[in-house]
Amino acid sequence: MKKSKAFWVFSALALVIYAVVQGLISSGIIDLYYQNILVQMCINIMLAVSLHIVIGITGQFSIGHAGFMAVGAYFSAIATMKLGLPLPVGLALGAGVAALAGLLVGLPTLRLKGDYLAIATLGFAEIIRIIFLNVDYVGGAAGMVVTNMTTWTYAFAGVVITIIVISNFTNSRHGRGAISIREDEIAADAMGINTTYYKVVAFTIGSLFAGLAGAIYAHNFFIIQPTTFNFLKSFDILIYVVLGGLGSLSGSVIAAIFLTMVTAFLANFPETRMIIYSLVLILVMLYRPTGLMGTKEITSLFKFGKKGGTKP
Amino acid sequence: MTSNLLLKAENVGIQFGGLKAVQNVNMYLNQGELVGLIGPNGAGKTTTFNMITGVYQPTVGAITFAGRNLKGLKPYQVTKQGMSRTFQNIRLFKDLSVLDNVKVANHNIAKHSIVSSILRLPSHFSGEAKMEQESIEFLKIFGLDVYKDEMAKNLPYGMQRRLEIARALAAKPKLLLLDEPAAGMNPQETHDLMELIAFIRKEFNLTILLIEHDMHLVMGICERIYVLDHGQLIADGTAEEIRNNPKVIEAYLGEEVTD
Repeated sequence: MKKSKAFWVFSALALVIYAVVQGLISSGIIDLYYQNILVQMCINIMLAVSLHIVIGITGQFSIGHAGFMAVGAYFSAIATMKLGLPLPVGLALGAGVAALAGLLVGLPTLRLKGDYLAIATLGFAEIIRIIFLNVDYVGGAAGMVVTNMTTWTYAFAGVVITIIVISNFTNSRHGRGAISIREDEIAADAMGINTTYYKVVAFTIGSLFAGLAGAIYAHNFFIIQPTTFNFLKSFDILIYVVLGGLGSLSGSVIAAIFLTMVTAFLANFPETRMIIYSLVLILVMLYRPTGLMGTKEITSLFKFGKKGGTKP
Repeated sequence: MTSNLLLKAENVGIQFGGLKAVQNVNMYLNQGELVGLIGPNGAGKTTTFNMITGVYQPTVGAITFAGRNLKGLKPYQVTKQGMSRTFQNIRLFKDLSVLDNVKVANHNIAKHSIVSSILRLPSHFSGEAKMEQESIEFLKIFGLDVYKDEMAKNLPYGMQRRLEIARALAAKPKLLLLDEPAAGMNPQETHDLMELIAFIRKEFNLTILLIEHDMHLVMGICERIYVLDHGQLIADGTAEEIRNNPKVIEAYLGEEVTD
């Protein structure tokens, strides 16, 4: 009962946010600059939430997320630019191929643990990037020209779908299986959870939405280049998840919004930008060592008189 | 052997590099038995458990459970065969609620797929409701239902031990392996635990293999006892036989001084 209530509250909230922003865009109050920041924010939220299912839920420390974003970006761009397919098909294709890439990378690497997994995923992401760098069909290092087709509607729909799918996954027997791996892999195994299966599933779902975010990203700027998807991008995404609080979906969303705003604001101070950005990160981690939300979800703040906060 | 043989280990051994941690272990468990496995520290008791449950693959020998050879099965597959366990050092899912801990072990009673969960199809809701209901039943048996929304790590030690047993039971085992369930408990708690073990055994028609250092507990409830020392079985028999076995006394207390 209470779960479906949360769902309706979320839907209503999403609809209101969408309608208000769309209204402001139509009436010209939000100009192109801010519109672009909003789309960027949506992309970052999708990236954060898609990495949250891998690191926050399943506890697999992957730092190669930008690789799957690149796959989504390039394949959707190929679909729309080279093959002349409509944008929704391009987005679906980008996400699908990214999921496939996630599956292929996940199967061998997810047998590794901790630091070793992190290094392996980082390596795979770089391999993916280098492949795009050396394929002339997609423009090599110079990049690929892509028409700007993404609108606020596409970006926001992407966010809503990402959050619904990942939170529905989390709040099911499958999500609990994945969380039990994060908590104690040996015990999860002993309780009958097929740990390899759930790790790969979570990784694939994460890659799918990273690919969708990449696809939306590709059609938001006029060019995509392999350098955009280097390991620094992976670390940006990792920072959203860690800063938001490992295991908290709403935390990832809040951190992504917060840091996108900080970045946009700091664009006015190019010389000191990185210093201030780093200071913000240090301060947040000093005062909120477990991230903005810890493992709690924003919905648990409204459940007065109830203990525990495992259910987002 | 009669047909009610549940678990059989033949000549089982495991080697870690040059170290023969356990060798030549022959043991059997009949349906419904409560058997103890004792031995000094480092004798290989937990290693034996790990081989039975699939955490380690034995280097030599074969383990058969309910007529099926367990060779090559991963722990989760062994669990599906009808075996579950607790751990010597408690391994609860600390940041999950007490209820969710049990629900994880209940994972396989519902069959709804990932897609039905993501799309919130009716099978998701019926499956989840079934899991919730069964999990609460298990918690009630252990008197933990009042703490169902509490995080597992916030429970007192004794309760955590009980929750671990509840979680193991939720995996629907025929054979339950308890690795030092009374470790760190005071005499009163140990006494309650003994009664609880006897109760669940009857209630769920269980076969139990128990590692324990508390001799009072082992001698009190086990029908048969195996004794391991330095990776080898040195004795087996009833409590009375074990108590008077010179090899066992030697393993625990050292050789008798002869002059």
